[in-house]
Amino acid sequence: MIRFHLTKAVESPEGPLTLDFQAALEGRSAVALFGASGCGKTTLLRMLAGLTRPDDGFLEVDGKIWFDAASRFELPCRERRVGFVFQDYALFPTMTVRRNLSYAQEKGAKASEVDALLELMELNSLADRFPATLSGGQRQRVALARALIRRPGLLLLDEPLSALDPAMRRKLQEELIRIQRAFMVTTVLVSHDPGEIARTCQKVFCLERGRIMREGSPVEIFSGGHFSGKFRFQAEVLSLEACDIVVVASLLVGSEVVKVALLPEEAEALESGDRVTVASKAFNPVLWKEPRQPS
Amino acid sequence: MNFDLDPLWLTAKIAAGSTVILLVLCLPLAFWIGKGRSSLRTLVRTSCNLPLVLPPTVLGFALLLFFSPAFGPGQFLSDRLHLEILFTAKALLIGSVVGGLPFMLGPLVSGVEGLSPSLAEASWVLGKGRLETGFRVLLPALKPSILAGVVTTFAHACGEFGVVLMVGGKIPGVTRTASIALYDAVEAMDFALAAKYAVTLAVLSMAVLWLVERRLAKKVAA
Repeated sequence: MIRFHLTKAVESPEGPLTLDFQAALEGRSAVALFGASGCGKTTLLRMLAGLTRPDDGFLEVDGKIWFDAASRFELPCRERRVGFVFQDYALFPTMTVRRNLSYAQEKGAKASEVDALLELMELNSLADRFPATLSGGQRQRVALARALIRRPGLLLLDEPLSALDPAMRRKLQEELIRIQRAFMVTTVLVSHDPGEIARTCQKVFCLERGRIMREGSPVEIFSGGHFSGKFRFQAEVLSLEACDIVVVASLLVGSEVVKVALLPEEAEALESGDRVTVASKAFNPVLWKEPRQPS
Repeated sequence: MNFDLDPLWLTAKIAAGSTVILLVLCLPLAFWIGKGRSSLRTLVRTSCNLPLVLPPTVLGFALLLFFSPAFGPGQFLSDRLHLEILFTAKALLIGSVVGGLPFMLGPLVSGVEGLSPSLAEASWVLGKGRLETGFRVLLPALKPSILAGVVTTFAHACGEFGVVLMVGGKIPGVTRTASIALYDAVEAMDFALAAKYAVTLAVLSMAVLWLVERRLAKKVAA
């Protein structure tokens, strides 16, 4: 169980902001921090890791105090036993994949542990390569392996998949689920992607302007907590073209471009660049099963 | 005058010594300057870059006054510590260190500024202390900048003339470096001897630069 109440004054793009986060996380579960840029997700993750010092509050992990402003106690980051995967992966550029992992080992640890983890993460063939020669997905897997080799009690992931293409994201999300189950490690994931959160986490905290505004399961949070029977997507209008008696609007939904037909009077209020919500009643939708990706 | 190896040997010793001293001094300084923004950092950085724009003779004259036994610091060194700096090899070394400061500091600060902050943080999170992180993660990542700093500082120190002449004079066997020996030969209209010094200096400098550049190219390719 992780309990915390941490505050920190920061400079946000909109001006000074006081972050004030209070929550309790179940041990060995995967939780997500979700919210717009600048709401304090990464700062909260860094405060948990000990990389950013909170102004006030406390942090307790499995009954042990890691930070307590009242008694001026702060457990140094190197003694916290956390695994941290940075957004840019932060692999050591002058070390091979194997040396990145062995550097992370504690003194006296066996070299065979590195081999075992390389095998588990399917990184054997890359063991002697340098980070600069790896693809984004391979770097992410090495960063995850390096974070896990010390058997951390808490795994912190700062948007680890944001720089990857959708197919690679999907593959690595499945790997994350597998790893989280194999290591039974409490995992906190920062993500902007509801789909990613729904697939990988059991609980989600919604952050807004430095506060945790809502918490619940991904389904509760992202469907509004009730069965709506609607598809709703946020989209951007790319173009509007008159075509006979209708106007064809090209919309960017996620990374897909979708064309919809509008009546001229519906299109009147729209122009390119507008943010819109696209909704449809979920009556008789067409679903077809995709072949499974070979793992 | 005969071709004498002493000036070349002295030049090599002064250039190597000042390069090592500057590397040791500039590494922590570069980390301090490169990892933050403040007026003090800007002031220190600007001051360290002064030798780039000041004529070497101005710098030499300032050092001459600073170490003169007639004034404060020089007087203190002379009277209390019985240390005579001016017109000795020590003066050449100090002059070379001051004159070469921007040539070592510049590449190192650029290198530190180019390091991702998450590199050190990743090492701390993995249970490593600041010293271990510095020596095993940050310094190896800075290797291209260190090599660039070493090459330019060494090359600059080999050719240093104005500063060393002002603070060292040109005492044969003590403070007469290769570039001063070359100047003396030209002044004495002994162009054959001057050419020997010039060619030897050029060939030796080229050889050192080539060796380091080749190593640098290999590292960058790796």
